[in-house]
Amino acid sequence: MSDVIRKFTRNVPDWRPRVEPIKLEDATPEQLEALQVTPSNTKISAYVLTLAHDVETLKVRSPLFNGIMYDKGGLSREERELGALAASMVNHCIYCAAVHASRHAQIAKDTSVTDELFAKGTRADLSPRNRAIFDFAHALSQTPSEASPEQMSALRAAGLEDAEILDLILSAALFGWANRLMHVLGDPVRKGGA
Amino acid sequence: MSTETLTKSTLLELSGIPAGSPVAAAIDGRSNIIALSQTTEDAVLKPLETGAWSHDIRAALAARIAALNGETALADRYCALIEDASVADLADPLRSGKAQGLETICDFMDKVAVQTRDIDAPDIKSLQEAGVSDADIVRLCEINAFMAYQVRVLAGIRLMKEARP
Repeated sequence: MSDVIRKFTRNVPDWRPRVEPIKLEDATPEQLEALQVTPSNTKISAYVLTLAHDVETLKVRSPLFNGIMYDKGGLSREERELGALAASMVNHCIYCAAVHASRHAQIAKDTSVTDELFAKGTRADLSPRNRAIFDFAHALSQTPSEASPEQMSALRAAGLEDAEILDLILSAALFGWANRLMHVLGDPVRKGGA
Repeated sequence: MSTETLTKSTLLELSGIPAGSPVAAAIDGRSNIIALSQTTEDAVLKPLETGAWSHDIRAALAARIAALNGETALADRYCALIEDASVADLADPLRSGKAQGLETICDFMDKVAVQTRDIDAPDIKSLQEAGVSDADIVRLCEINAFMAYQVRVLAGIRLMKEARP
């Protein structure tokens, strides 16, 4: 198991399931529909083929995921990624953290925030607004949530409107979900490995 | 499982946001997300294809996870859906699940809910060795994962409402 990645990185690893994903050739019509398999789209990730074991949830989860991360208005894309990253760091989901740190760096056109977070964790040196966002999402991701009224006030003091705060809650909470699939059902492994 | 259907939105009903408040306006702006959250709750708690986990067991496990997160009202709501008395005490995190032969399942669900970061390959292996199918393992993870989302949205919205400037 030496190819399993244990440290946070922005290099998105491969994901190796711990259970057997469904086989496309055995998929039911409902699974094929949820997988959105078309003649031009037959390359489905091992992760999605794993989730296809619970097809009813898979079907409804994708629109929810896309809505929370990409719908217009409210919190910026970059800051939603920061919420997702905070949750993934709490849950030590190396794969989700890599995907969302790399998206954050892409959108922000800056790697310094995620470099700092991966190097120093909660002691990272962040702008006041990023600090308030990260601290709140990090606390909300504990079990039970440790998010406090003071942290909520800090978000407002940093200039976040209620619509933005709601988006932050949704993105952090969504990764409480995603991490419990990605980190539990498989291992992040070096790309191109066995 | 009770034939009483879940009300239209667990999130809206339990968060008790006063109409016309700034928080209500923010939630209105994301009404699609609130609606999709409910659709997902129904898919996770009341699927047509249940695998090994009946609607009653799902409601009990959901209540258990809500309780582990200190979300009492949510736990009560899921408890009220349990009709099969023989699985009802799974909702209590202090019960091991041994009486139902579900000790391994309860251990796994508790660890995924609370010590997510410590989950590793042996945790999945122990389910497989206990005879749980891969599809049923995925189903357990989806129940746990959805609950992680729902309890945090509720906790977050409650803070928005209570911590007004």
